[in-house]
This record gives sequence, structure tokens and C-alpha cells, in this order.
Amino acid sequence: MTKTSAKSRDVFEGGVDERTLLLSPHDNIVVALKDLEAGVTLWFGEGGCVLDRPAPTGFKIARRDIARGEKILKYGAEIGSAVADIEAGQVVHIHNMKSDYLPTYTHDGRNFTKRDGR
Amino acid sequence: MMRGWLRSDGRKGVRNVVVVAYLVECAHHVAREIVLPYRDNDVHLIGFPGCYANQYAYDMMRRLCTHPNVGAVLLVSLGCEGFDKRGLRAAIEETGRPVSSLVIQAHGGTRATIAQGRAWVEGARDSLDGLPTVPVGFEDLTIGTICGGSDGASGVSANPAVGRAFDRLIEEGAACMFEETGELIGCEHHMASRAATPELAGEIVKSVEKAAQYYAVLGHGSFAPGNAEGGLSTQEEKSMGAYAKSGTSRIVGLIKPGDLPKGGGLYLLDVVPDGEVRFGFPNISDNAEIVELIACGCQIILFTTGRGSVVGSAISPVIKICSNDETYRKLSEDMDINAGKILSASATLDEVGEEVFASVESVAGGARTKSEALGHQEFILTYKTFEPTGPSCLPSA
Repeated sequence: MTKTSAKSRDVFEGGVDERTLLLSPHDNIVVALKDLEAGVTLWFGEGGCVLDRPAPTGFKIARRDIARGEKILKYGAEIGSAVADIEAGQVVHIHNMKSDYLPTYTHDGRNFTKRDGR
Repeated sequence: MMRGWLRSDGRKGVRNVVVVAYLVECAHHVAREIVLPYRDNDVHLIGFPGCYANQYAYDMMRRLCTHPNVGAVLLVSLGCEGFDKRGLRAAIEETGRPVSSLVIQAHGGTRATIAQGRAWVEGARDSLDGLPTVPVGFEDLTIGTICGGSDGASGVSANPAVGRAFDRLIEEGAACMFEETGELIGCEHHMASRAATPELAGEIVKSVEKAAQYYAVLGHGSFAPGNAEGGLSTQEEKSMGAYAKSGTSRIVGLIKPGDLPKGGGLYLLDVVPDGEVRFGFPNISDNAEIVELIACGCQIILFTTGRGSVVGSAISPVIKICSNDETYRKLSEDMDINAGKILSASATLDEVGEEVFASVESVAGGARTKSEALGHQEFILTYKTFEPTGPSCLPSA
């Protein structure tokens, strides 16, 4: 699995699927560069893994298995913690991670719902 | 070529706006009616809705009415509100700008005040239109940045592109400003490592801790449900993406709304009030932050958006930088620059950063931004409380 890109990027790009972006070599997630359908096979390092749910542009996908309680790393920085065991290829979002600072709020019908990951 | 209008304090405006300012909500309608026929002729409406006097609101109105992009000011008062209209008028007069005040209770009510206001605005507009322009250099510019409606792409395309533009602008001598310490929770130690002095580094960490405490009392931070729909999961993730707007320059100062930068370089604007939580959310919407950047002297605002904000502002033009192709397609009439090209690999970060830089140059040369051309002149100012900025926050002073 080799990849080429028409333009050089300013980011590390070894060993990740070209439909995704690895922002720092320390990261355990990649960012979708286009809207990806559930079920597509993504290639990270040696093996392929299957995307578990749709990942629109900008969404995060685990590039390796992440254990419950482990920090999620993006830009090489901690952006929260896993609240469930996450497998490579699974979307990482508010259903399986939480902030280490403040709860996240989402739309739930007409109301805002507190999502603190518990 | 960049050109502008030289003001008595030595600053230069890239626009020459007549401002009509209401000093209480009760005068809002009259002020709006005065502006209405001239809204396409650089006559802008600003104001403060509160009846009770507030030092922050006064300081903000003084900075806005003496902003380099402002050439003349009409104050519209009901008459019985608490705002110090005489103090504000005197502060504007001191700068040599044409200024007039109308008091609705003394000038015969709604209809008569509107008529007198329009007559004054026409005269002021005519006299400003005859003023000569002077060349503007990058050292004359103060540029602010803000993100609104962020998504998962903002932090990898539009925000770092603005960071590249900031680095270039600062190299050329401009003052650049990023803001919202509450949207930088998690980045405080990295920011501290970029501070010009150890004292400033300590102040930066304290300002973010203040924001975190403030938001903890309120129950949530600067994270809207739309951010989660755009793929952002936590405040810290949004912060890291927002932080990319600041580029890589050294941070030379930590300022508060209404403080002016002391020369070129990168400044962090602390928008979270000091003291106990008193008047609710620090900034109830993006335009409250844009107004604070403008009060710090910003003549142009770089606004990055992923979900797709359409706002502009009174007083200073807003350049919109879109983070992704899809939003750009949907809202192309509202977006000045598409940074989504970075995601599809048809442009590099450096190229889009250069495009942002070139856009600043062209807007400072008189080119209209998309939001300006569409007539956006949003403005909002609410109650806040700040302590004076400490000396270690501006070590370059």
C-alpha cells in the first residue's frame, strides 16, 4: 500500500489511508478528508479495517485500537478520553469519548442534551 | 495598493464610515431609521441597549466611535438613560471628528429626530467623501481573527491557513490578534511557551484558568451543538483547532477589550470578564467578539467558518474563510475564500495562507468583502466587567 499525493502536505502522511489525514504521528485518530460511507475499508499501516458508521468530512476515525480511559490524541494533543473500548476503523465522537474539561451539549429534538460521556 | 484615511491619533482607517450610535435601546428605532436611506453608503448603526451605566460599555463605545475606520459620529439619546453621552461626545470631539448628538426627548420626538439626524448624516457623508486618502502600510494594520460555526475541517484547513497569513502579516509589521480564552482551554501551556516574557506566560495561563472557571459556573463552554454535528467532540478539540489561527509568532501581549496594541506582533485578547460571574455568558454570539476585536483597533477581521456563518460587521470589513468544499458550494455568495481546497489536495496550506494575505491587501485597498457587499453590518454590545490590564500583560509597552 503506497500512496501518492498531487501536492505535498505540511502534515505527516506516512501509512494512513489517503482519504484521511493524520495530523501528528502521535495521534491515535485520523480525520476524514471526504464524506466516507459505513463499511468502506480503510488502510492504516499493515492492515485494513472497516468503517463502522458514516464519517462525514472532518470526523475522527480510530487508526488503532483505543482502550476505555485512554486519551484521544489529535494534533499530538489530548482532546479528551475514550469512554468505551474503540477498535481501529471506528468513528470517534461523543458516543465513545468525552471532554476532560467540560461536558458537550448536543441537539436532542427541541432541547439541548448534556453529553458528559457517562 | 492599500490606502486609507489618516486620523489625528496617527492611526489609519481602511474605511471612512459615518457611525450612528444609539445610547439606549429606547433610541434604537430612531437611530435605525436615520441610517436606513444611507445603508449602502458606509453609514453604520451601532449602539448599547442598556439603560444602566457600565464602564465596559462606555469604554467600548468610546473606542468604537474613535476607531480609525470611523470618520464621523452621530449620537442618538432618548434623554433619560444612564449612558455618559457628554463624556462620549467630548472624547470624540477631542479626536477632531465631526460629532453631533440628538436627544429625542428634547428634539421633538421620533419623526423630528429622524429628520434632523438624516440631515446631519448627509452633511457628514459629503464632507467625508471629499477627504484625501494616504498610503497604508502593513505596519498601519491591526487584523483580528475569529472562528464561528466551526467543524472538524476548520482546524485542519481554514484556521491554520489564517495562521500562515498571520505569520506573514506580522513579518511585514502588522499587529494581529486572536481571542476567546474559553476556546483555548487545553492550549494554555503551549501558548505560555510562545510568550515574550515569563510574566506574560503566567498571565496567559491565568487567563485561560479564569475562562475555565467562568464556564464551569455557567455549566458549559464555548461549544455549540452545531460543533458536534460538524464532527468536533470536545471543547479541547475545538480549542486545538481554533488555536491554529494564531500561527507560530511569539505572543507579545495579552490585552482586554478596548486595549490598543503597542506596535506590531501577535496579541491574545482576553474576552472573559473579571470577577464573579455577573452578566451571563462572556459573549453571547460571534459578533460580540468581533465588536471587541474592532474596539481593540482591528480594521479588518478574518473569520473562519466550517458550518457556514454569513455575518459581517459594522465599522470593519469581515473576510470569510470557509473550511470545506461542501459549505463553500452551498454558501459561495457569502464566502470570500475556500480553504476546503486544502482537504481535496488541490491547494496547500501555504497557498491558501497566501490567498488570505493577498485578500487583506486588497480589502485594505478598498475592495469590498462578500458580507460588506451583501450589506451585513451586525453589531452587539452587552454588559461586562473588567479589571484594568496589568503591566506584565504588555511587556512590549
